[in-house]
Amino acid sequence: MNFTLFVTALLTGILFVAVVTVLAKLLAPRSYNAQKEEPYECGIPTRGNSWMQFRVGYYLFAILFLMFDVETMFLFPWATVMHSLGSAALLCVAVFLFILVLGLAYAWRKGALEWQ
Amino acid sequence: MFDFEIVTSWLHEALTSVMSEGLAVLIECVLVGLGIITLYAIFAMIMIYLERKVCAFFQCRLGPDRVGKWGLLQVICDVLKMMTKEVVNFRQTDRLLHHAAPFLVVTASMVTFACLPWNKGAQIIDFNVGVFFFLAVSSIGVVGILLAGWSANNKYSLIGAMRAGAQIISYELSIGMVMLTMICLTGTMSFSEICDQQATLGWNIFRGHIPALLAFVIYLIAGNAECNRGPFDMPEAESELTAGYHTEYSGMDFGYYYLAEYMNLFICAGIASTIFLGGWAPLVIPGLDGFNAAMAVVPGCVWFLAKVFFVLMLLLWERWTFPRLRIDQLLKLEWKYMLPMSMTVLVIMALCVSFGLTF
Repeated sequence: MNFTLFVTALLTGILFVAVVTVLAKLLAPRSYNAQKEEPYECGIPTRGNSWMQFRVGYYLFAILFLMFDVETMFLFPWATVMHSLGSAALLCVAVFLFILVLGLAYAWRKGALEWQ
Repeated sequence: MFDFEIVTSWLHEALTSVMSEGLAVLIECVLVGLGIITLYAIFAMIMIYLERKVCAFFQCRLGPDRVGKWGLLQVICDVLKMMTKEVVNFRQTDRLLHHAAPFLVVTASMVTFACLPWNKGAQIIDFNVGVFFFLAVSSIGVVGILLAGWSANNKYSLIGAMRAGAQIISYELSIGMVMLTMICLTGTMSFSEICDQQATLGWNIFRGHIPALLAFVIYLIAGNAECNRGPFDMPEAESELTAGYHTEYSGMDFGYYYLAEYMNLFICAGIASTIFLGGWAPLVIPGLDGFNAAMAVVPGCVWFLAKVFFVLMLLLWERWTFPRLRIDQLLKLEWKYMLPMSMTVLVIMALCVSFGLTF
């Protein structure tokens, strides 16, 4: 039943956007103008393409994110059953967390968290 | 407490008595879909009106007051205006991705919207891994934002999208950690079970005392960042990037982003009220039976909406009080302060729960 409802919500979202887009196409006026199709950059003529190399800093944070996100993913099952697992599991997770904090500390020390 | 499941099971039985099982499920799904769209639209309108009014009062202005009494019809006029505006297609854009991006953003927010527990038994999607599912689906929205910025072939859009991407994924870590903290306390990931628990044992924010309160504060900060709002509206910093990742969208295509942004805020508040403030659960003090019975008279959906709007007010307050952060300050805040802090809160909560220091 849950999966049916999930698919329902998914289809609702897709259909909503599709129907409203069609409706807006029918309602909205249309006109053609060569200038109108230019990218909007505050009136100045655009120079070159925007699909270019981009600052690497953003990607660095994405990689760091990946590490910690996987960590949270691993911790979810533990958090759910931690009442019944007891202190041994707590200790194991403490070691796991410690290694990850070490990773963060390493990135910090290396200056990966600085915005240059 | 009124259980909405009575209504749904009655409907199911009524439908199956006159038609086959499959057809009944189909009709129920259509009804659910219509329900989602109706609630989504109504709350988007309330949110937009609320935001504009509250923002105006914060800045000692009047806000919209021309269309209808107190400007109540303003949002409807805005919707009509957006619908009748031309959707401009640009020469250099990647058409396919440009039109696919709103689908991702709106669908992600609609599916997460369906996770909210409105009342006892009135929850649409209720997986036993609800919190996990919520986190997974809500991060699809960022793909839509990145696509929108990248496909537009516009420098402003690209910068806005990159900033939005970096910001959303960074603050998602804090959100995940905070949810983890609260799951340590509840011991379940299903939203309905979390609410049920809080209806008997008291709200999580009281049960988890200090760590839960800290987690709530972290959630409020990270939640505003997740929605690209408040002091964290770098991605669409209108004074420098015109509109950020949705610069090149016009008409209803822009409307989707507008809609999704406000609904994400609503969902953020809804999840905060579910996890910390009990969702539909009335205010419960274990032991005081008379008080609990008096509180249970108020229907669950009223409790839920009251809590959601309370959290929304906190988020709006935060948004209109603090000045905007620069991108380096923003990432520094997350990686050097909020992430270590949320990890610490997680450890404190784990210790509190295992030594029985929670209520």
